[in-house]
Amino acid sequence: MIITSNLSKKYNNNLVLNIDHLDIPKGQSFGLVGNNGAGKTTYFSLLLDLIQPTTGHIKNNNVLVHESEDWKPFTSAFIDESFLIGYLTAEEYFYFIGELRGQNKADVDKLVSQFQDFFHGEILGQKKYLRDLSKGNQKKAGIVAALIGNPEVIILDEPFANLDPTTQIRLKGIIKNLAETKGITVLISSHDLLHVTDVCERIVVLEKGEIVKDLRTSAETLKELEAHFSGEAVQ
Amino acid sequence: MVKQFINLEWKSFICSASFKTNLILKILMFVGAFFAILYFLALGVFAYYIIEEKIKVNPLKVINRGLIFYLLADLVMRYFLQKMPILNIKPLLYLPLTKNQVVSFGINKTMISFFNVVHAFFFIPFSIVLIFEGHPFINVLGWHLAILGLFYCNNFINIFVNNKDAVFYSVAIILIALGASIYYNVFDITIYSAPIFQEFYDTPYLSIITLVFAFILYKMAFRYFRKNFYLDAGLAKKVAIAETDNMIWLDRFGSVSTFLKNDIRLIKRNKRSKTTVLMSVIFIFYGLLFFTGSIEAYDGPFWRIFAGIFVSGGFLFSFGQFVPSWDSAYYPLMMSQNIRYREYLESKWFLMVIATIVTTILASFYLYFGWQAYAAVVVGAIYNLGVNSHIVLWGGAYIKTPIDLTSNKKAFGDKKAFNVKTLLLTIPKLLLPMVIYALGHFLHGEVLGFLLVAIFGLLGFLFKNKVFQIIEKIYKSEKYKTLAAYKEKN
Repeated sequence: MIITSNLSKKYNNNLVLNIDHLDIPKGQSFGLVGNNGAGKTTYFSLLLDLIQPTTGHIKNNNVLVHESEDWKPFTSAFIDESFLIGYLTAEEYFYFIGELRGQNKADVDKLVSQFQDFFHGEILGQKKYLRDLSKGNQKKAGIVAALIGNPEVIILDEPFANLDPTTQIRLKGIIKNLAETKGITVLISSHDLLHVTDVCERIVVLEKGEIVKDLRTSAETLKELEAHFSGEAVQ
Repeated sequence: MVKQFINLEWKSFICSASFKTNLILKILMFVGAFFAILYFLALGVFAYYIIEEKIKVNPLKVINRGLIFYLLADLVMRYFLQKMPILNIKPLLYLPLTKNQVVSFGINKTMISFFNVVHAFFFIPFSIVLIFEGHPFINVLGWHLAILGLFYCNNFINIFVNNKDAVFYSVAIILIALGASIYYNVFDITIYSAPIFQEFYDTPYLSIITLVFAFILYKMAFRYFRKNFYLDAGLAKKVAIAETDNMIWLDRFGSVSTFLKNDIRLIKRNKRSKTTVLMSVIFIFYGLLFFTGSIEAYDGPFWRIFAGIFVSGGFLFSFGQFVPSWDSAYYPLMMSQNIRYREYLESKWFLMVIATIVTTILASFYLYFGWQAYAAVVVGAIYNLGVNSHIVLWGGAYIKTPIDLTSNKKAFGDKKAFNVKTLLLTIPKLLLPMVIYALGHFLHGEVLGFLLVAIFGLLGFLFKNKVFQIIEKIYKSEKYKTLAAYKEKN
């Protein structure tokens, strides 16, 4: 589904990302871990054509991301609060995204109603604009908005950060369900090793822009990741 | 302690984004500020003589008459531009400082702000001239101190009313109403207010009243902040109660309605965009300067068109020049969605059309100044719709200044928005219609002049598709630069 080749990104001769080859098949739940500055958000931004690659390219479903815009209809993302429109209520925001993605109000209502639990009564009917919601609630709204319009690829940057424990557990269920039953390719990044190993079939560790580990998740993966990151901390 | 505070302030001043702009701009700003001060100084020194010679009334009386407006206008200016002391206080809360120290630092800081100091450049020289011209020292001193007190009252009042829109709008309306009623000889507030100011001169010790009043307001402000010095009280962010409106009536506009709904919400729910609307209302009255003949330099016939374009185009210019910056806060979202640029632009264009038509109707009171005045407005509107709406959107595509929708900062212009490309675009926006009009006017008469401008405006509609294509191309080719620029806050 997503093929990355020879991809690199430099800022003033500072190499922040350098991926020779990475192939993410359709329906995989893919996790990206790494310390701050490892290049996770840079990679996601390149996937969404928000920044230009210095060399190489990404192909999303055979569409060259930095040349055509045809990847947009089947790809959705929530990276940070710049994906929210602060002066809208959550409902208005969902409908807006829905209209952009060819969904009518009833479609959006139907989808959103599946997430009542996840919202925990703090998103819908709140008489609050998104900019006035707490960080965690903003994130909930942004994540659900990324599910609107039957995307085939969903990209979530640090979806677990700022969420309360109950919501984190619910979100894990949602993400697993997307990949397993709907065949959606889900890409997430996280600092929480436990969550990623719970959710993702495959985990890639980035370090200073390079892939240093590419693991198929198993019972030992969490141990291995912990060993890797604690070893790094000691050095 | 005070040293630390001052140090903090100094750092925030030097590190602010505006300080980092290039050297030439800095020099220009410095020269600009220098001349503004010089101008005020000169005004202070020469006002006395100018008034005496031109109007042949006691200059002090003239100043006293105008003072009420000066003070009200000062309040409005402060509301818009003066920053409030509480803004940067949060990080100081948990440091080992007494709350009294922090609060009084915040309030004292406002006392030496530009908005208080600038008046000194006028009133000090003016008072000195008064003394030189034989007014008794004690009386002048009393008058001067009284006014000083009044400006500080304004300063502290502004601290209270900050962010209370209702107060601001009522002051602004009072100001306009008072001005208008004097102009039309209905009611002259200055008959009542001028003697009060005169009284401070006649009985100098009365000036103690304003000083005491200012001091009381200072104490009140201090107490107010001291009491509300908690994150969930005075320092809390105000949370607006959201009103939802699905605006189903807009659905008839088809696919454009998606963006149109959003744009209307954007305008309704954000401080910055509301200011833009307010400014375009003020622009409606701009033509009064031209059509009442109050400024000699504007008497040339082609100035009518200049006025007409501004009267009908206030919103068009102030809103249009910042497309797409209005959406800067969530530009990454827009860029990763399947946005149809054409509909996106169409929606903004549509808004400008509606606003221009509404202002043209509102401006029908210009008929009072003769049909030519209103014809200039109507013709200006047609030119705005046909030509300027496209040019403004085109120019906006080059401006990469992020807009903070929730604050009024930079609402009155931004130096980054001032580049060669946008400057060049003012030629077709303003000069061309004036030239066209002048051509018709001097060849045949005013009717031909108006007609020519209107025809040019109508011709502009033909190029809409072409221009939209160009803008779309710019959006695409400048996408990464724009995204990067919008990411830089401030």
